[in-house]
Amino acid sequence: MPREAGPAKMIQAILVFNNHGKPRLVRFYQRFPEEIQQQIVRETFHLVLKRDDNICNFLEGGSLIGGADYKLIYRHYATLYFVFCVDSSESELGILDLIQVFVETLDKCFENVCELDLIFHMDKVHYILQEVVMGGMVLETNMNEIVAQIEAQNRLEKSEGGLSAAPARAVSAVKNINLPEIPRNINIGDLNIKVPNLSQFV
Amino acid sequence: MALKMVKGSIDRMFDKNLQDLVRGIRNHKEDEAKYISQCIDEIKQELKQDNIAVKANAVCKLTYLQMLGYDISWAAFNIIEVMSASKFTFKRVGYLAASQCFHEGTDVIMLTTNQIRKDLSSPSQYDTGVALTGLSCFVTPDLARDLANDIMTLMSHTKPYIRKKAVLIMYKVFLKYPESLRPAFPRLKEKLEDPDPGVQSAAVNVICELARRNPKNYLSLAPLFFKLMTSSTNNWVLIKIIKLFGALTPLEPRLGKKLIEPLTNLIHSTSAMSLLYECVNTVIAVLISLSSGMPNHSASIQLCVQKLRILIEDSDQNLKYLGLLAMSKILKTHPKSVQSHKDLILQCLDDKDESIRLRALDLLYGMVSKKNLMEIVKKLMTHVDKAEGTTYRDELLTKIIDICSQSNYQHITNFEWYISILVELTRLEGTRHGHLIAAQMLDVAIRVKAIRKFAVSQMSALLDSAHLVASSTQRNGICEVLYAAAWICGEFSEHLQEPQQTLEAMLRPKVTTLPGHIQAVYVQNVVKLYASILQQKEQAADTEAAQEVTQLLVERLPQFVQSADLEVQERASCILQLVKHVQKLQAKGVPVAEEVSALFAGELNPVAPKAQKKVPVPEGLDLDAWINEPPSDSESEDEKPKAIFHEEEPRHTRRRQPEEDEEELARRREARKQEQANNPFYIKSSPSPQKRYQDTPGVEHIPVVQIDLSVPLKVPGMPMSDQYVKLEEQRRHRQRMEKDKKRKKKEKGKRRHSSLPTESDEDIAPAQRVDIVTEEMPENALPSDEDDKDPNDPYRALDIDLDKPLADSEKLPVQKHRNAEAVKSPEKESVPTVEKKSKKPKKKEKKPKEREREKKKKDKKGEDLDFWLSTTPPPAAVPVPAPSTEELAVSTVTLVKDEGEGLRREELEDEDDNMDHDQERKSSRHKKKKHRKEKEERPRDKKKAKRKQAAPLENGAAEEEEPIPPMSSYCLLAENSYIKVTYDIQASLQKDSQVTVSVILENQSNSFLKNMELNVLDSLNTKMARPEGSTVHDGVPVPFQLPPGVSNEAQFVFTIQSIVMAQKLKGTLSFIAKDDEGATHEKLDFRLHFSCSSYLITTPCYSDAFAKLLESGDLNMNSIKVDGISMSFQNLLAKICFHHHFSVVERVDSCASMYSRSIQGHHVCLLVKKGESSVSVDGKCSDATLLSSLLEEMKTTLAQC
Repeated sequence: MPREAGPAKMIQAILVFNNHGKPRLVRFYQRFPEEIQQQIVRETFHLVLKRDDNICNFLEGGSLIGGADYKLIYRHYATLYFVFCVDSSESELGILDLIQVFVETLDKCFENVCELDLIFHMDKVHYILQEVVMGGMVLETNMNEIVAQIEAQNRLEKSEGGLSAAPARAVSAVKNINLPEIPRNINIGDLNIKVPNLSQFV
Repeated sequence: MALKMVKGSIDRMFDKNLQDLVRGIRNHKEDEAKYISQCIDEIKQELKQDNIAVKANAVCKLTYLQMLGYDISWAAFNIIEVMSASKFTFKRVGYLAASQCFHEGTDVIMLTTNQIRKDLSSPSQYDTGVALTGLSCFVTPDLARDLANDIMTLMSHTKPYIRKKAVLIMYKVFLKYPESLRPAFPRLKEKLEDPDPGVQSAAVNVICELARRNPKNYLSLAPLFFKLMTSSTNNWVLIKIIKLFGALTPLEPRLGKKLIEPLTNLIHSTSAMSLLYECVNTVIAVLISLSSGMPNHSASIQLCVQKLRILIEDSDQNLKYLGLLAMSKILKTHPKSVQSHKDLILQCLDDKDESIRLRALDLLYGMVSKKNLMEIVKKLMTHVDKAEGTTYRDELLTKIIDICSQSNYQHITNFEWYISILVELTRLEGTRHGHLIAAQMLDVAIRVKAIRKFAVSQMSALLDSAHLVASSTQRNGICEVLYAAAWICGEFSEHLQEPQQTLEAMLRPKVTTLPGHIQAVYVQNVVKLYASILQQKEQAADTEAAQEVTQLLVERLPQFVQSADLEVQERASCILQLVKHVQKLQAKGVPVAEEVSALFAGELNPVAPKAQKKVPVPEGLDLDAWINEPPSDSESEDEKPKAIFHEEEPRHTRRRQPEEDEEELARRREARKQEQANNPFYIKSSPSPQKRYQDTPGVEHIPVVQIDLSVPLKVPGMPMSDQYVKLEEQRRHRQRMEKDKKRKKKEKGKRRHSSLPTESDEDIAPAQRVDIVTEEMPENALPSDEDDKDPNDPYRALDIDLDKPLADSEKLPVQKHRNAEAVKSPEKESVPTVEKKSKKPKKKEKKPKEREREKKKKDKKGEDLDFWLSTTPPPAAVPVPAPSTEELAVSTVTLVKDEGEGLRREELEDEDDNMDHDQERKSSRHKKKKHRKEKEERPRDKKKAKRKQAAPLENGAAEEEEPIPPMSSYCLLAENSYIKVTYDIQASLQKDSQVTVSVILENQSNSFLKNMELNVLDSLNTKMARPEGSTVHDGVPVPFQLPPGVSNEAQFVFTIQSIVMAQKLKGTLSFIAKDDEGATHEKLDFRLHFSCSSYLITTPCYSDAFAKLLESGDLNMNSIKVDGISMSFQNLLAKICFHHHFSVVERVDSCASMYSRSIQGHHVCLLVKKGESSVSVDGKCSDATLLSSLLEEMKTTLAQC
């Protein structure tokens, strides 16, 4: 008997996109084809975009993903929206705090995180997220523990020489001289995510 | 050409990394797609390289492209390659890519099984961690089945980092492979008390999620969770537990009572809003489950409502939102407490935040009463006008309808008002809910007879403005209301003022632009109208006018005949012919009105939607039986047109009553009349419109100002429905006056002073009433409201009883790579046992109090829970043992003694209890002496009864009274003064030539046993699997050591070629026994018996499949007979099931058919018959040798019975 891959996830999706709807992190815990994923990101973006910053951070997702049992819980930091799509088993305020934990962890790991960090290090952001949420379930909420694990893994990676230990690194200097496409000045305004201190929790 | 080659290899050196790719994309804003397709080509080149670093880099870039919406599933195989890289850096890249793009449909996913298994058992915790994380995203049923055991092992890993991940992923495994739940649950439960808070939190997380889906199976964990709740300080854990209690309390109200106090304490004490909020939520759930009055709970409700009010008044919009959300839960059971905050909620309707407005709307539903309905709806109507987004407006619309129609229009006092509200709603542009409005119009017009006249006048006005409705909003579905309008005007045409005008409106050419199903209704109802007009005209002897109408129809109907919609076309051409015929008759001067009206004679009665379903099927009527033999070939059934409104049903399903004799009918009619007379909601046949104001009993003599409804109520500049608010006020005022008068009269008689008249809800009598229930339901309807669970619910598979002891067949499939397993599993196997024993000395120091508590824990789960629940607050539960607990403990002691064998087995299977249980046993042993005498006096059967209760056995037993003696599949292998060895052979369906031998080694001496090694003399047919590189003469080391008094289990894999014969292998267990005096090398010889039964796997079989198997005739037959059997048939069968792995197919009296299957696919069928004191077994099997071997073995088993 084939078992359906029903909506089994407590956190169904985690989306990070900027004020223009450009995705910075797309993490679905239920299978959607890529084009649907993009569509969901777009729709979610339009939903949160029209909301003022001073109104509530919950949105009934409705038709988007999963149906009535699901809610969108989001926070807006500087240029980025962090959106979690969760079902009723999660505490709404708890998830808000989790987003805060995630962002503060990013802040620690990247040292004053800004949108550029997320743009160029999507893989690292994923690895950090993996220590917070696993398979749609909350794995760890203690920031010190999360950071410790990430640093340990970074050390391990360093000891192995890193991903770009390949020839690529050896010639990177040459590349930098020759390639015209290196952006001279990246102008995306003030990107620093200000992490407000509003933990109601822990 | 050469240049190109060179260029290519240089390019390779310039491979982009992720940052280069991102940068590149950002610099190619204008031709992004082109640039990316270039990059993908490059990536494809890179993936062809042998260098794993290059591949990993490529896969990393692909992951980025996936985020941008590019399908990267084509690289699945390369991703697997990167996953299997030895370096963590690359592995992580691979798993990340896999977690983003693998899913159940990915075909190469099965290639990953071994790689993942290898990573899971990697010595580096981060390799394991990465594999677990990845797997959590793409686990499939196959992966879950194959890896369940490995993951379960990881749940006891030494590193908490791995433990917590393993615990969490188990939830995914359960979902994909529900069979794993029971074997893994005991360990999962253990993790609730893990020393690491992260692991504990993960376990709480998983169990809460499981329990949320199937709460009843987890009730027995309530005491444990309660303990966690009162001891934990982790808010995450607390929130999860409190949420879980919210799900459990509806099943066990006593639990709720116990919870109230600690929860209210938390509410008072916590500063974390999230925790406060969840506490309030659960208190609400508790109070709902305790709905039957407990006076002191009103205080809790008040507390909750108060706290919620604080949340709602908070400036933080999030809290406001959640406050409203929770308030709506209270509303369902305690509407009064919420209603007092109406002001607050109405205020929220004006909030700038749509989410909050929607929540407030939800609350309104429960706040309306007869008194304030009009006022609230008026407010909502102004919101409808103001609303910008269609979503919110649609929501408002449905809410208005919900609010008004709830519980059979309970709160509506004036239906004219309601109809005009509905009509006003039709002016909404762009709504999707036209059909909702239409359904309401139909419902009201049909069920509220008194309103029909008014409804018809409104509907005809709607039809008249049809062009407005249709032209502007045709696409948006508001035109659906025309469906209702047309039908109402047609069906109740006798109430029409200007039928001719309406008829013309319905025949306008514009009508043909409406959707087909509406046109069809138009056509049908045109004829109804026509019939009533004819009647009128003929009565007035106005033949000319009558002919004109006919002419009109003949002229206009052809436009429908040309319709593309089949239904419209058919109806129109039918009717056109009819009208033409009428025309001919009219020309001859024949009166036709009577006959035409006869087409639509009879009144329509409302029928409740489920009425048909509730008529009980008369005895002897088989609805599934063919009335006539079905026609030989399939005549494709026409698809039924979809009913758009359920109100339409009455027309299709005129109820056919089973015929009753006259007397019975008369009796029922009488009974019904009686009932109707007593039913305030029933209106006796056709009251005149004026009469409804006089319905209130005893007021006939009071002069009433009549409202002439034929005069339109339009007041310039004011929407219609507002009029009614005023009128209604006047009406109520009148009513009040009347009542006051009455009261005064009465009071005069009684000489008492009147108090100030206060208007309560009940005092407001509705102006019109709804016909319901009595007429709409068949007389002998069955009260039923079964809404079956959705059979496709993925969580249904997880509805598994967890308290039942594990059966033999329920082990997780173990892939015996014995070596790897043995190396990494010491924690798994030995740790608990060591702990068990090492607790022994501590034990004795334990205070009697604690022992008492443990004793409580031990008795079967159900009792446990009862006991826990029955005691008042937790601290009070400790002192002085209740006599009943004492008794239970003693009887278990006897069990240990009488049925030591059985208990051993239980201990093995039932990890569930291992700690408590073991300690229990010891503590009770400790007590044994004291109670021995008492015990011996106790009748034996009582003990047995206890035993049965304690461990219900599966395998098709259960229904008979006689208890089944405990059985163990472990039999003695060898024993000496140092060690006792028992073993069991387990086969698995996945391996057709492999069995696992589980050997329990029990150290019986005071020495420390180590370097244990097991060796057997392989036969041609049966060989022990040894680690690679070792010869047949090398033994296989046992992966643990045994301190004194400890036992543990080791598993060995054997490969077998033929399974048709039983086989014995000679072997030796060698070990070093070390004690204070020194170490000695010891040996223990044994003979390992591979019975044929151990190759069988309990496989359920349905009787029809069984019959087919027997009929097939490919089976060999053999039989045995054993005399002198005293055991009951029930137990006998249980024994065969247990020892020989059969399952009962069917049992009739003292005869049963049984089935099993060998790992190599032989079918074995048995017919077991019991005589006076003998049993005969007839067997059929696809292999004769196997059958005779099996029967021989069975003979031995039976001989012992």
